[in-house]
Amino acid sequence: MLLIGVGNEFRSDDAAGLITARMLFHRIGDKTQIIEMSGEGAALIEAWKNMSAVILIDAVSSGAPAGTIHRLDASTQNIPSDFFHYSSHAFGVAKAVELSRELKNLPPRFIIYGIEGKSFHAGTVLSSEVNKALPVIIDLIVKEIELFSSDN
Amino acid sequence: MKSRTIKVDYLARVEGEGGLFVKIKNRTVVDVIFNIFEPPRFFEAFLRGRNFTEAPDITARICGICPVAYQMSSVHAMEYALGVKVDGQLRALRRLLYCGEWIESHILHIYLLHAPDFLGYEDAIRMAKDYPDAVKNALRLKKIGNELMILLGGREIHPINVKVGGFYKVPAKKELENHLDDLKWARDAAIDTVKLVSTFNFPDFEQDYEFVALRHPDEYPLCEGRLVSNKGVDIPIPDYEKHFEERHVEHSTSLHSVIRARGAYHVGPLARYNLNFDRLPQSAQQAARDVKLATPCNNPFKSIIVRAVETVFACEEAIRIINEYEMPEHPAIEIQPRAGVGYGCSEAPRGTLYHRYRIDDKGKITDAKIVPPTSQNQKIIESDLWEFVQKNMALSNEKLTWLCEQAVRNYDPCISCSCHFLKLHIERE
Repeated sequence: MLLIGVGNEFRSDDAAGLITARMLFHRIGDKTQIIEMSGEGAALIEAWKNMSAVILIDAVSSGAPAGTIHRLDASTQNIPSDFFHYSSHAFGVAKAVELSRELKNLPPRFIIYGIEGKSFHAGTVLSSEVNKALPVIIDLIVKEIELFSSDN
Repeated sequence: MKSRTIKVDYLARVEGEGGLFVKIKNRTVVDVIFNIFEPPRFFEAFLRGRNFTEAPDITARICGICPVAYQMSSVHAMEYALGVKVDGQLRALRRLLYCGEWIESHILHIYLLHAPDFLGYEDAIRMAKDYPDAVKNALRLKKIGNELMILLGGREIHPINVKVGGFYKVPAKKELENHLDDLKWARDAAIDTVKLVSTFNFPDFEQDYEFVALRHPDEYPLCEGRLVSNKGVDIPIPDYEKHFEERHVEHSTSLHSVIRARGAYHVGPLARYNLNFDRLPQSAQQAARDVKLATPCNNPFKSIIVRAVETVFACEEAIRIINEYEMPEHPAIEIQPRAGVGYGCSEAPRGTLYHRYRIDDKGKITDAKIVPPTSQNQKIIESDLWEFVQKNMALSNEKLTWLCEQAVRNYDPCISCSCHFLKLHIERE
């Protein structure tokens, strides 16, 4: 099991995935491999290609109210390319997932948690909506990991 | 009560939207507008009042795909202003970092953005179905470039280890040597890439371009040299603004760069290759000869082959630098601020990037000018489209749209334009 927090810590709510990963590290870091990544597609595929299970957390810009938590099962559904906040490198999370699927190296269990962001402007402070969502998403992910462990 | 509206047409972010408008009247092209979003104007304002030491980290934020280019142009400009010359192994490490960026940027463009155009796929994901091994090799190549950026820059996007005067931290020789096997594989994979992309079908299209690039006495250009062209430009970097100017055009938020004396010009891989073929290492020259790539090459669609040749160069240069590396005693040279004006040019993967800064005696930036390659190529992109559409008038709108997008991507203009944000509108009367 690999847990990946994705984001840019200098783009306000875009840091949500990274902050969640750091908080999870304090809670379950001794039991789960947790890494932070920028979201560059090639590096993402490289990180997950030999894993059996991945949970990826990133900020989302889908039009839902800020702080909304999304859960997508990438192993059974395609990820729309406009789901995530824009990538500054054209080849971000959604494309990496779909390319990895085509290359047949997408981990068989692949859950994406998205936190709907409010502001993606330059800054190092999360919006109150995203801040409120953090404990909720952390509990959800901890349960997800427990469920996965019991399945195995 | 007076109403007040605040409207933001484009947010100041790195990613931009591109649009293309072509108007045809009586089978004649009467208008072509290519408009892309150019954020560096705002960065020039951000830089005012900041310390000279902050320029490489602030400007690196302009682009997620070529941050090293911004860092290199800014540190060279600052060092010029401060009367400092970074040489020896620190200079070599800068070239090595730049090689990492060239590898990852060129491979992204070749395989994931441009090759699908030539092979008739909507995107690389669909292309991967039929070319899985090529795409896997591309990802491995890109990773090898990323890893050089992580090692020397601290991370693959927006590196944080470059400073005016050198680096914050330099690697031990062993850390670099760990990358040699990968780089040798990458060089061979890049040679295979040259072969692969040379088999694509290229539209029969050439223009009499004025190519502009850096030229160095001994090296294929990355950070230093004189600015030269095939039509007579041969100037030191500080003379850039005497010969080149940015002009406002009504339809664009981005300024159009022109050579004052002649107008549009072409920067990027094709320009570098045509002006510096003799500076390429033997393996890269041979790779080009093996696929009969002409020198000079005036077909912009063949820039995809040139990018592959330049990837061979970047791998070869990285191997050379690592083999000759000796860890410097200090990661940077000490610098004291002084008032002055500095100029820097470097060769970003997509073309020449010019920076100019004025700093005061405390080292505070009082003025900044940044001319990115995309701004410089914008006018020539419009010129290409004008000629290309005129020549291919008989094609359906669908086919013409596809080819026009491909023609824009020849210039790898900016990341969002190179991907799926370009909207083409053809109006026929």
